[in-house]
Amino acid sequence: MRLIQWVTDPWGQHVPAHIAWGLIWVAVIFAMLFMILHALYVAFVSGPRAFAKNTAPMAESDIPEHVPRHSLAARLFHWIMAASMLTLLVTAFLPKMGVRFNWVLYHWIAGVVLTISILFHVIHSSFFLDFWSIWPDRIDLRDAISRSLRFFGKRAPAPRRFAKYPLENKFYHLVIVIAGLAVIGTGLFMMKRIETPIFSRNPYLFSDMTWGLMYVLHGLAGVGLIALVIVHIYMGVRPEKLPITKSMIFGWMSRDFYLEEHDPERWVLDKRNADKPASSRGKRGYAPSDAD
Amino acid sequence: MAVFRDVMPAFDLLQPDSVAEATRLLDQNGAGAWIMAGGLDSFDWLKDRIKKPQVLVDLSGIGELKGIRVSSDGVEIGAMTTLTEIADHPAIQKNYSVLSDAVSVVASPQIRNQGTLGGNVSQDTRCWYYRGGWPCYRAGGNICYADTPVGRNREHAIFGADRCVAVHPSDSAPALIALDAKFVIRSAKGERTVDAEDYFIGPDVDITRLNILGPGDLLTAIRIPAAWSGAKFYFEKIRDRNVWDFPLMNVASAMEVNGGSISRIRIAASAVAPRPMRLRNVEDAVTGKPANASTGEMAGNLAVQGAVPLQFNGYKIPLMRNLVKRAIAGAPEAA
Repeated sequence: MRLIQWVTDPWGQHVPAHIAWGLIWVAVIFAMLFMILHALYVAFVSGPRAFAKNTAPMAESDIPEHVPRHSLAARLFHWIMAASMLTLLVTAFLPKMGVRFNWVLYHWIAGVVLTISILFHVIHSSFFLDFWSIWPDRIDLRDAISRSLRFFGKRAPAPRRFAKYPLENKFYHLVIVIAGLAVIGTGLFMMKRIETPIFSRNPYLFSDMTWGLMYVLHGLAGVGLIALVIVHIYMGVRPEKLPITKSMIFGWMSRDFYLEEHDPERWVLDKRNADKPASSRGKRGYAPSDAD
Repeated sequence: MAVFRDVMPAFDLLQPDSVAEATRLLDQNGAGAWIMAGGLDSFDWLKDRIKKPQVLVDLSGIGELKGIRVSSDGVEIGAMTTLTEIADHPAIQKNYSVLSDAVSVVASPQIRNQGTLGGNVSQDTRCWYYRGGWPCYRAGGNICYADTPVGRNREHAIFGADRCVAVHPSDSAPALIALDAKFVIRSAKGERTVDAEDYFIGPDVDITRLNILGPGDLLTAIRIPAAWSGAKFYFEKIRDRNVWDFPLMNVASAMEVNGGSISRIRIAASAVAPRPMRLRNVEDAVTGKPANASTGEMAGNLAVQGAVPLQFNGYKIPLMRNLVKRAIAGAPEAA
């Protein structure tokens, strides 16, 4: 199967037009295989996880019953982004499978919503949240090596519990940032090829070759997102991950899950409210800004 | 871009003699099959070697697709009935003259002798960038060559463009919409009937085709209900050469007038949008009003609301305004 659909433009130049639509199924099959292999791995191969002992500076009694994880703004962003991303994938790829509807209109509107939500997220996470909490750090990498060595029966120190986000989440975020920026960047330029209230149409903004490469990059990132979104949803509904998923709905996770999965030294809860009695701080416990 | 106009690409020629056999062959060959009615659109594509089907299903040997059947419910026209037969048919001339008027100005007498009603409504667009084999949106590429500051778009759309600005070239389509015709489609799954206006689709829905026929579908007949029999009809086609040309625009209407007022009306235009366009806003606005120049004026202005002209087709706006005005008020009065 050819990965790219090439055409000959009126000037005789061989230029790419878009990806081969068969890649849609490659992405779906890849995601399905990942899910099957992951489910088999969890069921039959992986043993109980072993973490190094917590050296938390905070007494367990200071940790509230409901540990705040995502503020309302962060949750709203996540679900708006999710809705726009699903809309983008459905409007982009269903027509390629023969489902006919006015997809371009819904596609660019969803793209604009996604772009605005991402801009909000960049500003929000840069100035109002702990920006570095989602990026892999040295401890993550060192622990990942330890886990790998121990999986293969080698001697290695027990890894520490996770910071706010497990390494897998951080890698997923990194990949989705790359794919997301690719579709947004190319998509905004591609809006110059259609008539919208936002841009005046100018199909000659770039050469045929540049436009073609842009369409190919948009398509590759798009089919990549099919696999990423399927895997994300799969992970979100796995039983052992449900507390994380629920925290994206309700904003908090339980103290037990927090202590089981996370290292209070690496994900430090804000103690501003810790001195207050539980009755006055309520079930949420700490200020929401401390845990985004 | 080299265009070969001599030898057609190789394909298997299939010549069924019944609709059942045709639908079986179409189902069997799926997207690789090309349906040929009169061949006037098909041979262009094939001899230019732009379309290269694996099999060609020639419908000319299917008798049940031909002929005009008149009943108390209206008229059923087989999809393979020639345009000349329709233009000359007494019942159509008498009761549905908007259709005989429309098909009698399609192309030339020779083409009308060979061209069929099914082929006329199912033909592809005539945008020359697309017909010339350029890799535009409609051909699977990612650009519309006609919709650029220097694109030659004098014949293109003023409504409904969505990346592609090509127009539907059919003369019979607006007349059939005005008559509230039903299109009968057969496939291996069975038979379905759609309203004439729903038979056509724009690029917003599917940029690679002008109608709803998918792989395996076959248009078998067009039924015209008796509801508009003997109504006051109007059809006018504007073209560059009156002896033989595609429309720059055409407008068809069916209207009933009681006591000087329009009691009901259907009006449609072609070559203004990627699909033949029913002018519902005009129908709603003029119903109950007198069929005179003043109403025609109002209808014409209403018809062009929202039009977006391209670089070279701004003339279509006053043209459409005037044709709609004449459809309501009558040509002599409004001229």
